Amino acid sequence: MTETRIERHHYDVVVIGAGGAGLRAAIEARLAGKKTAIISKSLFGKAHTVMAEGGAAAAMGNVNSRDNWQVHFRDTMRGGKFLNNFRMAELHAKESPQRIWELETYGALFDRTKDGKISQRNFGGHEYPRLAHVGDRTGLELIRTLQQKIVSLQQEDKRDLGDYEARIRVFSETTITELLLDGDRVAGAFGYYRESGEFVLFEAPAVVLATGGVGRSYKVTSNSWEYTGDGHALALRAGATLINMEFLQFHPTGMVWPPSVKGILVTESVRGDGGVLKNSEGKRFMFDYVPDVFRKQYADNEAEADRWYKDPDNNRRPPELLPRDEVARAINSEVKAGRGTPAGGVYLDIASRLPAEEIRRRLPSMYHQFKELADVDITKEPMEVGPTCHYVMGGVEVDPDSGAAYGTVRGLFAAGEVSGGMHGSNRLGGNSLSDLLVFGKRAGGHAASYADQLTARPAVSVRAVEAAVETALAPLQRDTGESPYALQQDLQAVMGDLVGIIRREGELVDALARLAELRERVAKVSAAGGRRYNPGWHLALDLRNMLVVSECTAKAALERQESRGGHTREDYPAMDPKWRRVNLVCSLDGDAVRLAQKPLPKMRTELISLFDRAELAKYLTDAELAEFDALTEEAGN
Amino acid sequence: MGTKRPFRIWRGDENGGDLRDYTVEVNEGEVVLDVIHRLQATDAPDLACRWNCKAGKCGSCSMEINGKPRLSCMTRMSTFEEGETVTVTPLRTFPVIRDLVTDVSFNYEKARETPAFAPPADVAPGDYRMQQVDVERSQEFRKCIECFLCQNVCHVIRDHEENKQAFSGPRFFIRAAELDMHPLDAKTDRKEYAQSEMGLGFCNITKCCTEVCPEHIKITDNGIIPMKERVVDRRYDPLVWLGSKIFRRGQVPQTSVTSGHSSGAVTASAAHGGVHSHAGGSHDARAEQQAQQGVNWHREVPHPTAPAVDVNGKLPLTELTFDRAAAPSPFGDDVTFPLPAEHLNFAHPQQDEPKH
Repeated sequence: MTETRIERHHYDVVVIGAGGAGLRAAIEARLAGKKTAIISKSLFGKAHTVMAEGGAAAAMGNVNSRDNWQVHFRDTMRGGKFLNNFRMAELHAKESPQRIWELETYGALFDRTKDGKISQRNFGGHEYPRLAHVGDRTGLELIRTLQQKIVSLQQEDKRDLGDYEARIRVFSETTITELLLDGDRVAGAFGYYRESGEFVLFEAPAVVLATGGVGRSYKVTSNSWEYTGDGHALALRAGATLINMEFLQFHPTGMVWPPSVKGILVTESVRGDGGVLKNSEGKRFMFDYVPDVFRKQYADNEAEADRWYKDPDNNRRPPELLPRDEVARAINSEVKAGRGTPAGGVYLDIASRLPAEEIRRRLPSMYHQFKELADVDITKEPMEVGPTCHYVMGGVEVDPDSGAAYGTVRGLFAAGEVSGGMHGSNRLGGNSLSDLLVFGKRAGGHAASYADQLTARPAVSVRAVEAAVETALAPLQRDTGESPYALQQDLQAVMGDLVGIIRREGELVDALARLAELRERVAKVSAAGGRRYNPGWHLALDLRNMLVVSECTAKAALERQESRGGHTREDYPAMDPKWRRVNLVCSLDGDAVRLAQKPLPKMRTELISLFDRAELAKYLTDAELAEFDALTEEAGN
Repeated sequence: MGTKRPFRIWRGDENGGDLRDYTVEVNEGEVVLDVIHRLQATDAPDLACRWNCKAGKCGSCSMEINGKPRLSCMTRMSTFEEGETVTVTPLRTFPVIRDLVTDVSFNYEKARETPAFAPPADVAPGDYRMQQVDVERSQEFRKCIECFLCQNVCHVIRDHEENKQAFSGPRFFIRAAELDMHPLDAKTDRKEYAQSEMGLGFCNITKCCTEVCPEHIKITDNGIIPMKERVVDRRYDPLVWLGSKIFRRGQVPQTSVTSGHSSGAVTASAAHGGVHSHAGGSHDARAEQQAQQGVNWHREVPHPTAPAVDVNGKLPLTELTFDRAAAPSPFGDDVTFPLPAEHLNFAHPQQDEPKH
């Protein structure tokens, strides 16, 4: 093999991903005194977190003092259709207020209530106004705040140690292609600088994955090019497991026109602030789609729904604010029934509901987005919207308290969208920003203490590095294979058409066959050009990650014979309590994806007692209900 | 169906490059970035270009389109004439890496040099209280998506590489302004820092930055100008000066810019109760000596003489009733020319050296 230059670095903790979770994890590891590297696939501060619009859910009770962590926990479990890892939902509900307040000490400026506290807004699935927000650019505020906190830590290091990068360094435009192991322990990470194409090796005993999601495998998506499931695939290849991969959230309101911006998000706050969905006949159709499990919380007539915005305590919520999976399915049905807009969506109308000035004040970036991208003035006309692939609930199976990956690997942690379990089968809007902070901090802290308790640093094997170099260079050295762009398009077609919002057994079987075929083709992909900033090469390397993650999704979607949250089977349209007790766990066996069923952990007594029996009856099996009755009886005696 | 449209795109790296012609399919509703993506998928698979969100929220896809700094994801093809050649080049102010990708690390270095938010010492997390009107001014600047178009267009560094050392640029002036206007930021010398360390004085308010800002932040009007004005206020405003006389020295924050060599002069002026002068003539040997080492705003000159007024305290109405045959001298009637040398408002650097 020819000589290849590889830059080497030593760190205590390497965080892969520079979005909210990654930055929060890095801050925590650095505060614990660890030498920390942040690997960012893009420039620092550009991560997909900037796209989050609505807000960060935290039960601070600033707007409605009746809110508390128990209510938030209940909403989260309900939204996830009780498939959530209860412990993660519990930690999340308890800790998110502190995580938000902490941001203020880093310099964040949230919108305020009249008495000067952080303002909170209504959002789908949340019982009380709960989302801390900054207009509709909360994600930007979050990432900028964390970015600036890291800069302030670097300034401290410059003052104390003479070097900005003494203890925390950002490697921007750097992609990790392999995790390196020493036995079953993480020893480092290998990757390349996008700018130069040069290779870089990080030797580190602890790695935190915070790489986000998988949306680029879909044609219509709100996700950026970075979302190629890198962390999911790295974890699998390192011996970790993925859970809940069948659950993908299709955000109900993506732009559908013009075609070039198809998929770009229209924030849920439009509906939270009064926007309503109408079909081509002008009918406000969501009242027809309130499922039985939500009848108690959602209004069945327009008058009551409209009163709710002013008087939420005495009225039920408008059905536009149902959890995202319900709204996405409703829009899908309306369009299929021929009541869609010319571009294949439905109308989202805020123009007739609020004065123009108020719209511009509350939804400034939506106003600009439509004005500049679609030449539509949302204060005058309705928007055209439809479902877009938005978020993957599934991800690395982790220990809820520490974020440590399960499976055979040690020293690997995951936080944010790349981890699984927290959101069950469907994530509530606003829960992801708080998820990033809560579990980013936890993963960073636990990665630091894991690195602390090691007596010897695991060693990187030369053989593994050589193999990684070879894999990385392969697409450049082949000139007989297909273009990575064509392969990505084919992959997107398979996933969008056959493993989309509504799934059928036959199509899923077909999808798996096509994915196997694509796997052969991706193995032979070739990229034209050299190593310096070559997007074709970068995509060629990302493809194998997208492929293996897509296989996990398709396999799990075929196995789960029910409809729940972000997984809808036309041939099994109902929720089945038996399936609620099961997580589908993916692992790699050589090259092949293996699927196993694993029982869900059982909720602790004090947590399950937060729910009505009537509500639980919709989700639990008879045996579980009997157990619940025994518990309450015991408590009654 | 789409039409074929002509494009010219700069291809190359730090060793040079040139504009290459492409003919690309363009469909209704597309933006420039769509066309670049189509080129990557067809004729130019290795065409380098940064992008992320494709919705104008991340600020990655900055480039110059027909010479104008723009976000390519927010530049609709419908804004060009059919048949018009669209020329796309990299940002000019930063070194090229490849094709449309430039090395913007300058901005991250400047970000790192800008002092971070200083949390108030005695407010616990969760106890921060601020009014919406008070946070809104800073919030405007926090809309910044760091596309660096303002940095790219600013002529202080666009055409003067040598200024990059001393000049942070509009992006970081509004960062300083944002922190300055933050209701709870504990650091009090943001403006002075911007003036002395960030090169705020280089800006001569041509407003190019405001013009290219995709977030429509009023960078100059709401950020830079108030910062400049308030730097001036604090340093030259007579009221501030008077305040510093009324309160004991030390209660008024001293600026880091001048406090280093002004303390002696302040003591001196307090004793004299005179006015300070912009140049010389204070008769205070120590102040004069300091003045010659640099500007000293606190030097004192004698009070100007009062005009000749009558018993009612008014200037006489006309020459007819006045005891002299002309208007009163603007210098004061008791001033005769030439002025004695020690009354001149000018100190020659070598005035105390022995004459030849």
